[in-house]
Amino acid sequence: MNTPVRRVAIAVMVMVLLLMGNLTYVQVVQAGDYRSDPRNQRVLLAEYSRKRGQISAEGQILASSTETDDRLRYLRQYSDGPMYAPVTGYYSITYSSSGIERAADAVLNGSDDRLFARRLSDLITGRDPSGGNVVLTLDPEVQRTAYEQLTERGYTGSVVALRPQTGEILGMVSTPSFDPNELASHDAEARMSAWQQFNEADPPVLPNRAISETYPPGSTFKLIDVAAALSSGRYSPDSQLTAAPAITLQGTNTQLQNFNGNACGTGETASLRDALQRSCNTAFAQLSAELGEQAIRSQAEQFGIGTTDLQVPMPVATSTIGDIPDTASLQQSSIGQRDVALTPLQNAMVVAAIANGGVVMQPHLISQIQSQDLNPVETTEPDRIGQAIDSSVARTLTEMMVNNENNYSGSGKITGVQIAAKTGTAEHGVNPQAVAPHVWYVAFAPAENPQVAVAVLVESGGDRTNLAATGGTVAAPIGRAVIRAALGTDR
Amino acid sequence: MIPEPRTGSPPPSPAPLPTGRGIELVLLAFAAVLVTGALALVEANQEQELTQTLLWVGLAYLALFAIAHIAVRRFAPFADPLVLPCVALLNGLGLVMIRRLDLARVERALAAGRDAPVELVSRQVAWTAIGVALFVAVMWVVRDHRTISRYAYTAGFGGLVLLALPGLLPSSISEVNGAKLWIRIGGVGIQPGEFAKILLIVFFAAFLVQKRDLFSTAGRRFLGMELPRARDLAPLVVAWGLSVGVLVLERDLGTSLLFFGIVLVLLYVATERVSWLLIGLSFFLGGCLIAYQLFGHVRVRVQVWLDPFADFDNTGFQIAQALFGLGTGGVGGTGLGAGRPDLVPYAESDFMLSSLGEELGLIGLAAILIVYLVLITRGLRSALAVRDSFGKLLATGLAFTLALQIFIVIGGASKLIPLTGLTLPFLSYGGSSLVANYALVAMLLRISNAARAPLPRRPSTPLPPIAEAGTELVERPS
Repeated sequence: MNTPVRRVAIAVMVMVLLLMGNLTYVQVVQAGDYRSDPRNQRVLLAEYSRKRGQISAEGQILASSTETDDRLRYLRQYSDGPMYAPVTGYYSITYSSSGIERAADAVLNGSDDRLFARRLSDLITGRDPSGGNVVLTLDPEVQRTAYEQLTERGYTGSVVALRPQTGEILGMVSTPSFDPNELASHDAEARMSAWQQFNEADPPVLPNRAISETYPPGSTFKLIDVAAALSSGRYSPDSQLTAAPAITLQGTNTQLQNFNGNACGTGETASLRDALQRSCNTAFAQLSAELGEQAIRSQAEQFGIGTTDLQVPMPVATSTIGDIPDTASLQQSSIGQRDVALTPLQNAMVVAAIANGGVVMQPHLISQIQSQDLNPVETTEPDRIGQAIDSSVARTLTEMMVNNENNYSGSGKITGVQIAAKTGTAEHGVNPQAVAPHVWYVAFAPAENPQVAVAVLVESGGDRTNLAATGGTVAAPIGRAVIRAALGTDR
Repeated sequence: MIPEPRTGSPPPSPAPLPTGRGIELVLLAFAAVLVTGALALVEANQEQELTQTLLWVGLAYLALFAIAHIAVRRFAPFADPLVLPCVALLNGLGLVMIRRLDLARVERALAAGRDAPVELVSRQVAWTAIGVALFVAVMWVVRDHRTISRYAYTAGFGGLVLLALPGLLPSSISEVNGAKLWIRIGGVGIQPGEFAKILLIVFFAAFLVQKRDLFSTAGRRFLGMELPRARDLAPLVVAWGLSVGVLVLERDLGTSLLFFGIVLVLLYVATERVSWLLIGLSFFLGGCLIAYQLFGHVRVRVQVWLDPFADFDNTGFQIAQALFGLGTGGVGGTGLGAGRPDLVPYAESDFMLSSLGEELGLIGLAAILIVYLVLITRGLRSALAVRDSFGKLLATGLAFTLALQIFIVIGGASKLIPLTGLTLPFLSYGGSSLVANYALVAMLLRISNAARAPLPRRPSTPLPPIAEAGTELVERPS
């Protein structure tokens, strides 16, 4: 009987070897995947036991961790939660994280390589390891003004304000917003009900409209048409275009009308300057057909539209002008309709580039990374992405935008500050006649020495039934208020 | 490798054989140091001062194994010295992990504003005490393992009843989490299947020894193997039927698999015929196919095994959490008390493996596997050394059941094979498993004592030098 017993012993050893082999596979080969799986709560739980760094802007602390006596040692707290939520994001034990909390997680939790020296000294001195701090480029005054402007009126929308010369993001607002404190709560039930409420909210509160959603830019896209036209050298602000109230799209029977079916001024033709100011669709349909798809597409790309890997450091949704199979489509696209879709950030980048002599700057939210003891570790340097238009074209375009603003009605004009602007009113949805249009206002100021560029988007005219809403009436006052805050004229 | 059995001529030294009790004591002390150190580490890592629980768990542990050691000295002085320390280490590590999970659950309950839950570690210590008591009792009552074979049919009948009982009882008494394995009366539950396992091994060992010649009778030859005669397949068919019965009535894949595997190995060892293994495996495969076709819960298990993340929130949740735990532990583990094994459901019973794997890492699990391997091979070593066939079969069966059980449990929790609900012997929380395994180890020690004890009438005269010895006819060891 001994031979089979020995064979059984060998079989047992083989079984144990199989187990060890499989455990090695699970715990060594696959370990990384399992460890970093978003459904694995352990990583987050471990992070909660460390003091996470703070997020601040101009000395104002937006997010910080305070010690508690419950199981999760540190509670994440946000001051002015909803106002800053699109930027800070949230940091939740059960629902992961978003915004800067997610994008700058390595810094905030202290694992970033740039904080290595301090980590080492923590290890040696036995101090509790803690995270680094993130200082944002935001201007609290701009942020507050933009947020209040939108929420006071109950608008669903977004405001982005940039410093044209550097790409610093001075304001980034999305409304309606949510309070990240509720998702960071250590009370599981409160957290869960907040999460449910946020997810079911209509309009949605969790996405950051400024960078995660794209909208038809409507007439604000005409700035890009003009840029392409001026850059071609064949057009000047005085070039004449059709003033007809309607035009048949090339190769189709479809009529393209001007806003309210108006003619573009009183004459047979209208200058490019007037066509931009009056935002005449027919003139731009003619212009785009003359310029051709390639000119407009490449001009749009030079402004950054179509860039897929833009990060601020949160990833930004890709803006696009869509497929343009024929001239009729090009004509529709040239007035910012059809498949053209921009993020509010992208639209702000367009005007910021015009303000900055045609140079597109990398937009960014993080101004500085600080070590645990608030010493600067890394300061973001302005980064030039490229030259979208010549500086002479930029100057001409600025003049035309000044002309726009000076002919726009609407409230909120600032005495002594010359704004350069363009409004937009974009149809959207399956039945555009039944839903109020998205309205835009993109601008920069002062025109002669630009300090701030803004893009304001208000979804569905602020009120779905307000079919008469336009960029000029709804979005422009908000944009002007934000500019006023950025220039500090009422401080 | 297994050393050669000592079946040849007796050793030349007339001095009394070393009993190994001294080694056992040293190893037990080593296990105790490891376990108390680990307990202290758990409490320290949980940022608590050393509590009274630590003190009394530690003392109870020391006292229980002191008693076990004295019992071995008294009743089985020649027993294998490695077996009890292995058991002590495994049981101790189990207590440490159960205590660690207790702390996590208390903390969680306090955070949620609930009352502190019952401390499982106290219960497990109580079960250990009952286990050690049964261990001592078995050693004391069974002075010679061969006497057990007289009660083979009683054991077989008892085992059958215990195995079938929960399946036949109403679900209100026997069903927990979908498997009908329990008898619960007044808050205390036992799983009779754990005891049935041992009784049935006793029965099959005795039965096969009695009918050994019968099963060895050759039938037809096929592919160079001697096939058994068709009517001799009866025991295998009965075992197979029982396994399927357990699967159907009790919905317990693990016990069913375990039981069939043991019978198969006992048949093979008794008859030395590979053909039995092949026939058994084909029965097994057939059973698997039928079970897969007929039972939804078996199909679900297989699907979860293939991809636990496909249905993460529902059926795949347990195994996915276990894999997260194992993966997070990695090679070195998080350290005792520093991980989050409590995130895995049934962390202290079915998924004890992932709890240990998370905090002790691959290194810790490898060490635990080696302790199991030592325990099992010492059991098989006794099977080789013991002189009677019944003892050989019984020891093989007892040792192999441990091996198969850890294979099923660890393989299941680490996604090597489909998951089945079984406990890790000595490590997992669960009274029946612990107590039954103490009885199992007591019997193994009894057999190893018989194997290692000096022969009663050993020639005391020194042998002549080999050069002067004449040619001697010796019987070839079987």
